[in-house]
Amino acid sequence: MSAVIFFIAAIGALTGAIGVVALRNPFYSVLSLVGHLLALSALFLLLRAEFLAAAQVIVYAGAVTVLYVFVVSYVGDGTVPLGPGGLRLRNVSMLFVGMLFVELAIAILGSGLSAIDGKGAPYVPGFGSPESIGEALLTKFLLPFELASLLLLVAAVGAVMLARRRAGGTTLEDIAYDESRYITPRSLFSGTMAEAVGALHAPPEAPRAPRKAADPVPASSPRAADDDASRGTHNPKDED
Amino acid sequence: MDIGWYLVVSALIFCIGAGGVLTRRNPLVILLCLELMLNAANLALIAFSRMHGNADGQIFALIVMVVAACEVAVGLGLIVAIFRRKLPIDVDELKELQG
Repeated sequence: MSAVIFFIAAIGALTGAIGVVALRNPFYSVLSLVGHLLALSALFLLLRAEFLAAAQVIVYAGAVTVLYVFVVSYVGDGTVPLGPGGLRLRNVSMLFVGMLFVELAIAILGSGLSAIDGKGAPYVPGFGSPESIGEALLTKFLLPFELASLLLLVAAVGAVMLARRRAGGTTLEDIAYDESRYITPRSLFSGTMAEAVGALHAPPEAPRAPRKAADPVPASSPRAADDDASRGTHNPKDED
Repeated sequence: MDIGWYLVVSALIFCIGAGGVLTRRNPLVILLCLELMLNAANLALIAFSRMHGNADGQIFALIVMVVAACEVAVGLGLIVAIFRRKLPIDVDELKELQG
């Protein structure tokens, strides 16, 4: 039974991997990666790594793939044709990959590890369960655990710094502050609790002076409109 | 199944990923292929962990997953930065850094 599951999962993982490499559209590559990861987590389950299989599905097939899909849809379909000399390079790299596989196979078969031909160590209950992983992480591997959290923090800050908008486009800081752009003027008592219960009546609003456009960039410029739309901060002048 | 089969599958996935890194030109797909290679390493680590009956290899694989997540975040940030500067999303065109 386990052999059947192994072959199904292994073929699924290999098909997914080939799909990632061979499909032209990056979006389909990401979808293929999802299939690959699910098949791989089945292999992890066969190796009795329950916690890792769950983490694989949640972290990879869940979070990381969503990130990829976001970026693919933001950047767009980057289908690039092979350039000049691309075919020769492709053949050379295929040769290199074939040699790499032969070398790995020799390394595996010639390693002299007798246990490779076995089904592994006898099964102990609790092997690879969340309890055992958590205990090992918080006792024996406390320092790598803390370092991993630090690494995640550094990566998050670095990703924000890299993807942030730099000089070149107009940012919010470039536009001179204009109160009427952000604050809707209203009379003194409007919107208070006293007005709500009817204790106070707001005086009739004075006719407001027409706002003048304080945008240094003319609105007809397609760049500015694009920037506003992409930031989601477009503030129509006639919005009240 | 014998542990050797898992190692063979791991080697195959690693080679497919390496071939993708070498042949594809879209940096997004190159990142995906790096994921494939890291996953192949994870599979080998877990197979060896099962072989020895020692869960330390699984901790190792978990740390590799953390590093892969960091790599994805920074790599996708780089791609977004490239896109915002209106540079081509093509590793063959982005060759100013080569020696």
